Amino acid sequence: MSKDRTNNSIIYFDNAATSFPKPECVTKAIVNYMTQIGANPGRSGHKLSIEAGHIVFKARKSIAALFGLKNPMQVIFTSNATEALNLGIKGILQKGDHVITTSMEHNSAIRPLHELEKQAYISLAIVQADKTGIIDPNKIRKAITVRTKAVVVNHASNVLGCIQPIREIGKICKEKGIIFIVDCAQSAGVVPIDINRDNIDILAFAGHKGLYGPTGTGGMVIADDFDHKKIKPLKCGGTGSLSDKIDQPDFLPDRFESGTLNIAGLSGLFAGSEYIQKKPGGIKGIYSHKNELQKYFIQQAEMFVQNFICYSSSNLPSAGVIAFRLKNISVSEAAQILSDKFEIMCRQGLHCSPLAHQTIGTFPEGTLRFGFGIFNTKEEIDIAVHALKSISEGN
Amino acid sequence: MKAVILFNSTNHAIWAENELKENEISCKMISVPRHLSSDCGYCVQIDADDREKVSSILNANNIEFDNIENYEGE
Repeated sequence: MSKDRTNNSIIYFDNAATSFPKPECVTKAIVNYMTQIGANPGRSGHKLSIEAGHIVFKARKSIAALFGLKNPMQVIFTSNATEALNLGIKGILQKGDHVITTSMEHNSAIRPLHELEKQAYISLAIVQADKTGIIDPNKIRKAITVRTKAVVVNHASNVLGCIQPIREIGKICKEKGIIFIVDCAQSAGVVPIDINRDNIDILAFAGHKGLYGPTGTGGMVIADDFDHKKIKPLKCGGTGSLSDKIDQPDFLPDRFESGTLNIAGLSGLFAGSEYIQKKPGGIKGIYSHKNELQKYFIQQAEMFVQNFICYSSSNLPSAGVIAFRLKNISVSEAAQILSDKFEIMCRQGLHCSPLAHQTIGTFPEGTLRFGFGIFNTKEEIDIAVHALKSISEGN
Repeated sequence: MKAVILFNSTNHAIWAENELKENEISCKMISVPRHLSSDCGYCVQIDADDREKVSSILNANNIEFDNIENYEGE
């Protein structure tokens, strides 16, 4: 039997990849579905099927509340944020469209866009962020052409943790009638987001990071006033509705949710989403906790670790993700020692974001990355700072 | 006298049931009666007397529904 990792000396600072540990209620919800319900929602009329349907609805409602959305049917479940971004991007673009994106994008957004560009299906403008990773909204405005259909922006950087001024960028998009797609993989559940006030048309989120659901969950959220028929489905198939027809339904969420959903995953996602929203202080509390940890780590490391170079700014609001390195040791070696000798889990390298690393001048080696979660503490940071000091001094 | 609300999507049926219960309207999810629709999902059974109240709750929440039909059971 494997060791219980929720209660030992491991320090998990890789929450930007996926959060761990999950709250107990998340595990319990998944086990409850697997052992007590088990059925396929929306297909059959028996009571277990209806109970499974209730789980999906509750998850949809919880996600809608998280993003200030009125109509829960505008929440579309996918297997992760990548699928949601592919659905949003490929769903709205047509041949000849122009798209603006940024140098801070994760490959989940830049790869589907670049693929379409290579096929000469769309043209793409990549707006450069400054050294701190921030995009100037005026640069977006200047990149707009008569053919611009969409602006795609990463909300919170998975490399630096910095947060883009999405409300301002969204306002420009609204003025110009351009569709605004926001990648909230790192920010959902961490930074307060209101899809309507933040002027977002299409939002992609991961269920397994800041929302504390299991891996294999995520979704696309469509603003209340956005016409979902502008988005083509990525996949067609069985929905449990209009079963007498071979046409794909055009209503929500069925238009985009063909095939059986990940109900075990959504059980956990519902529990996780409720957990963070009902936590004292809610999302604002999580946001300030992460900012506090980020500032504390940078301050302590700058004070005690000789060869510490930090790329994230401690003066900017953060999603609790920090890029740094030790000058005298490669990032891969440092991460290996942190894991093997100190039981501190983090990620090194390029974090699926080559453009972001080019922006901050850390390409191709990349950086070390700490991603703090809701359960991390200043005591753990003290241990990590001590470990980094020891590594940088060659001990 | 009973009636059933028919929906295009089972997702809408569950949403409707949820809103009706929150408004303390007695209702129950049942399989769609085959003679009313060829769909394979479920619908919401209500008291026929609540028909108007139910319509106004569904409309107020923008919950799409197909029709409300009288239905006594099979």
